[in-house]
Amino acid sequence: MEKFVTLSAVAAALPEANIDTDKIIPARFLKTTQRTGLGKHAFDAMRYLPDGTENPDFVLNQQPWRKAEILVTYDNLGCGSSREHAPWALLDFGIRCVIAPSFADIFFNNCFKNGILPIRLPREVCDELMGDAQMGSNARLTVDLPRQVVIRPDGEEVPFEIDAFRKHLLLEGLDDIGQTLNHEASIATFEKRLDQDKSWLPTIHFD
Amino acid sequence: MAARTLFDKIWDDHVVETLPDGTSILYIDRHLVHEVTSPQAFEGLRLAGRKLRHPERTVAVVDHNVPTSDRSQPIEEAESRNQIETLERNVKEFGVPYFPLLSSNQGIVHVVGPEQGISLPGMTIVCGDSHTSTHGALGSLAFGIGTSEVEHVMATQTILQRPAKNMRVNVEGTPGAGVSAKDIMLAIIGHIGTAGGTGHVIEFAGSAIRGLDMAGRMTICNMAIEAGARAGLVAPDETTFEYVRNRPFAPKGEAFDQAVAYWKTLASDEGAHFDREVTLRAEDIGPTLTWGTSPETVLAITDTVPDPAQETDEAVKAQMQRMLDYMGLKAGQKIAGTPVDVVFIGSCTNSRIEDLRMAAQIAAGRKVAPGVRAMIVPGSGNVKRQAEEEGLDRIFLDAGFEWREAGCSMCLGMNPDRLTPGQRCASTSNRNFEGRQGPGGRTHLLSPAMAAAAAVTGCLTDVRELA
Ligand code: SF4
Repeated sequence: MEKFVTLSAVAAALPEANIDTDKIIPARFLKTTQRTGLGKHAFDAMRYLPDGTENPDFVLNQQPWRKAEILVTYDNLGCGSSREHAPWALLDFGIRCVIAPSFADIFFNNCFKNGILPIRLPREVCDELMGDAQMGSNARLTVDLPRQVVIRPDGEEVPFEIDAFRKHLLLEGLDDIGQTLNHEASIATFEKRLDQDKSWLPTIHFD
Repeated sequence: MAARTLFDKIWDDHVVETLPDGTSILYIDRHLVHEVTSPQAFEGLRLAGRKLRHPERTVAVVDHNVPTSDRSQPIEEAESRNQIETLERNVKEFGVPYFPLLSSNQGIVHVVGPEQGISLPGMTIVCGDSHTSTHGALGSLAFGIGTSEVEHVMATQTILQRPAKNMRVNVEGTPGAGVSAKDIMLAIIGHIGTAGGTGHVIEFAGSAIRGLDMAGRMTICNMAIEAGARAGLVAPDETTFEYVRNRPFAPKGEAFDQAVAYWKTLASDEGAHFDREVTLRAEDIGPTLTWGTSPETVLAITDTVPDPAQETDEAVKAQMQRMLDYMGLKAGQKIAGTPVDVVFIGSCTNSRIEDLRMAAQIAAGRKVAPGVRAMIVPGSGNVKRQAEEEGLDRIFLDAGFEWREAGCSMCLGMNPDRLTPGQRCASTSNRNFEGRQGPGGRTHLLSPAMAAAAAVTGCLTDVRELA
């Protein structure tokens, strides 16, 4: 996983609430067995017209937002399915940071696992950042993860919260399987107790 | 010890270790795997030279992509076929128990787990699918995870989690005629909103929930995710134990008694703390459906479509208008009487035998309205067989419904069962997002009985008029 330390980039505003994972990546594109290549279908229904050509009104089809690496939206971003294809599609498009007043739980989690930083900020702040975003490439946002601030084009710093463990993983680009396997001994001890205390718990064997 | 909730108890029982920052390593009793969210996880294991820690606590099934028509033929869509074949290679290589496409036990993962006794009360259950919340109906802590987490569970049999907050939704009283678990759940989501449960695990309680059979409880917990919750739960009781007894993989004899003794200790203690509590009266709930493209946009079948002009928030107003345009509806129109093109009875929300019986009761002796395509997609091969033993297939076929093989089907349209642009569908599934059932498709979520009523009248109809 790629590290996330600081990011200075064009931000795109999608002023909508409840942008669901079907909107981020429709189910018919989930047939891949790879993590990459979904970027061209990110926001498919909004991005393309019924005849398959680009919708010129959609922000990610316009300059400079074709190169946006930050996305700012309203509440409950990523609601719906657990598909990790949603963050994969965003990442493949080039998005490294998503900012919203609130997120759906699974999507929020999935972002971290892919080196995308999700930031929760109040709705009023998101409105201001959307205003910045609309100014395009003259108004890059800077996300400084070590200091936990978003820096607006005018220099104003907006602090954000992130839990320490996730911050550490992002900064180091670590995958958490390796981390958990450092605790293998505790897992083994737990399993011994489980076998004793819940001997009724069936395991599954097919012939 | 302080009074604890059902969620607290299952959680405490599965914590392997809590890390300094408050994240817990949580042990997973059962991992369910399907073809769409697993290939990248198996690939990750392969690249890292890892194995499954416990293939015998894991079960795989194909459901999302599978055709629900004739299965004697090879799968036509190349990408779907590839995903299914990839799963088959992976389960062989990694030694994972697997229900193949042609097994009579095949079906939607959230129907198969409980049906086989693979999912049991008190367990932690995960699957790379958000509707894993369904299994919470048994009184297990069950939630959806992403593919990276799928890989994590495969490699470690654990997951990293922070405890959720506790929420309780009580539904008290006796539901009226024509009101099923689906109507109750839609009413709950309408009441608390699609983000109402965010960060929480919802325990469903109250006399109306207690009175539901297991299929009804599964319908409720299935859609907990549509209320934003991490999981839904119902405390295990006699209804649960009777359901679990004699399931193929459930404990038997003395082991079953031991299990029941443990399961009985799980109910929330008197005085346990809930961060949020909401109570609804079952008598206030009528047959309910959605009008928009978010599951919280619910109304009673007797209502009129809401008017954006009544809204003060500009963003909300714009979003409502967009939904009305997408759905081809006008503010203020009566929802009943709106013509439908397609009726879909199926999905992990409503494809169990009890659901099919409710639909059959309405379909019996009637005909699908001209021009309407109506399909029944049972949740599993076993549900299908049982329905055929009960003669439900005859009722549906005589009425002009399609009687199909088990799978996710038109719930998400990954297989060929899809809406075409502008088609309006009365659907027993759980998501009405734009394009969910096919690009441009218009979805109204409702109960199996209401769906059957729409099929035979050709329009959205108050099922009580047909009873
Ligand atoms: S039936 Fe629909 S909601 Fe359920 S698992 Fe399949 S696709 Fe997901």
